[in-house]
Amino acid sequence: MKKQLNVSAIKQGTVIDHIPSTALFKVISILKLDHCKDMVTFGNNLDSNVMDGKAIIKVENRFFKDKEINKIALVAPHAKLNTIKDYEVVGKYVVEIPDEIQDIARCFNPKCITNHENIDTYFEVISKSPVALKCRYCEKITHQDQMEIK
Amino acid sequence: MNAKNLISITDFSKEEYLRIMDLAADFEANPDQRLLDGKVVATLFFEPSTRTRLSFETAINRLGGEIIGFTDSSSSSVTKGETLHDTIKMVSNYADLIVMRHPLEGSARYASEVSDVPVINAGDGANQHPTQTLLDLYSIVKTQDRLDDINLFMVGDLKYGRTVHSLLMAMSHFNNPIFNFIAPPELAMPNEYKLYLQSKGMRYFEHTEFTDIISEADIIYMTRVQKERFPDPVDYEKVKNVYILRNKMLKHTKDNMRILHPLPRVNEIHTDVDSNPKAYYFDQARNGVYTRMAIIAHLLNLK
Ligand SMILES: [Zn+2]
Repeated sequence: MKKQLNVSAIKQGTVIDHIPSTALFKVISILKLDHCKDMVTFGNNLDSNVMDGKAIIKVENRFFKDKEINKIALVAPHAKLNTIKDYEVVGKYVVEIPDEIQDIARCFNPKCITNHENIDTYFEVISKSPVALKCRYCEKITHQDQMEIK
Repeated sequence: MNAKNLISITDFSKEEYLRIMDLAADFEANPDQRLLDGKVVATLFFEPSTRTRLSFETAINRLGGEIIGFTDSSSSSVTKGETLHDTIKMVSNYADLIVMRHPLEGSARYASEVSDVPVINAGDGANQHPTQTLLDLYSIVKTQDRLDDINLFMVGDLKYGRTVHSLLMAMSHFNNPIFNFIAPPELAMPNEYKLYLQSKGMRYFEHTEFTDIISEADIIYMTRVQKERFPDPVDYEKVKNVYILRNKMLKHTKDNMRILHPLPRVNEIHTDVDSNPKAYYFDQARNGVYTRMAIIAHLLNLK
């Protein structure tokens, strides 16, 4: 095998690249790819010049809206998307942390209602780099190093 | 669900603060206004707080409303594992307004999203207690006849004390406040609030000693220094007697100066202050009833 990704090419759909290896399964879960009927292939711990180990996901026949894909920015801030049609790359997109985040991260505050009752979390993103999230409920700020993905 | 709520002090605009002040003065002048006649108010105290509950229930009674609710969740269905969601859904079918106190932070905001009727936050853990802040504002405007140009001294636990943080946010809506913070370094005003004041171009000064600098004060807002805030009990022992206000310290204070305290106090205001006309903390508590009448009337559009 040469320096080629061990994940087969797709005819049409989306390739999500530059995902940190540790975030692969979180990305799958955030995008609910574990529940979709389309063909999903992924590879993990692939060589990368940019990261220690990276993962890639290919989803046949799926095209994501910006809003949908930006949800993964919290766990994969450098993820890149290639949109494929007829085996050709027809579009590129780099994810961006949205201004509001619904139900992806946990509030770090153990006394927050969201950690005691089964409800969605909502955060206002008050800083993107490093990430800082203000909880709509307890009003406390969760910083990047305290962040946990639900 | 477009009900008006009061969850956080930042939910209200300056205009709304002023309207509450006007309504409170009106209720103080004419306390017998049966505006809640035929209406039901639920007071849901998921943790006990006798002072706040009595103040709300007095306000509701004076307005002629009926009260349902509980004073302690151990005597209600909550202990049977009912979620907050279900409790609020049920109660909002019965009541025209919900007043709630809950030990978890954010619980009141969540309740307001679930409820079909307005929700007043009577304290959600260490987070918010906006009716306290509005009664503090009413006490300031009543004693100073203005909310602009107030020199406000805050003393004691400025780190964890939610009342001082909310009051700071509220006062920052008015012109030229001067803030003076007196606290041990362990309990100093958090940076975020100082940065907030800087961003609004407002003046503040920090002190660790409680001395004659208070002669410039219009308002001295005292708070409890609580032992459980200190990881090391030795640190508490060092500061516990430093931030006590005594009558002799008031000699050179201004005539208009008044002392506020959210109560209950422990030892931070010596009892020899109580008979000084500048002691205002018991009147402040009575102002709470008029302020809460005003908040209820405002949220339910009764006036
Ligand atoms: Zn929270």
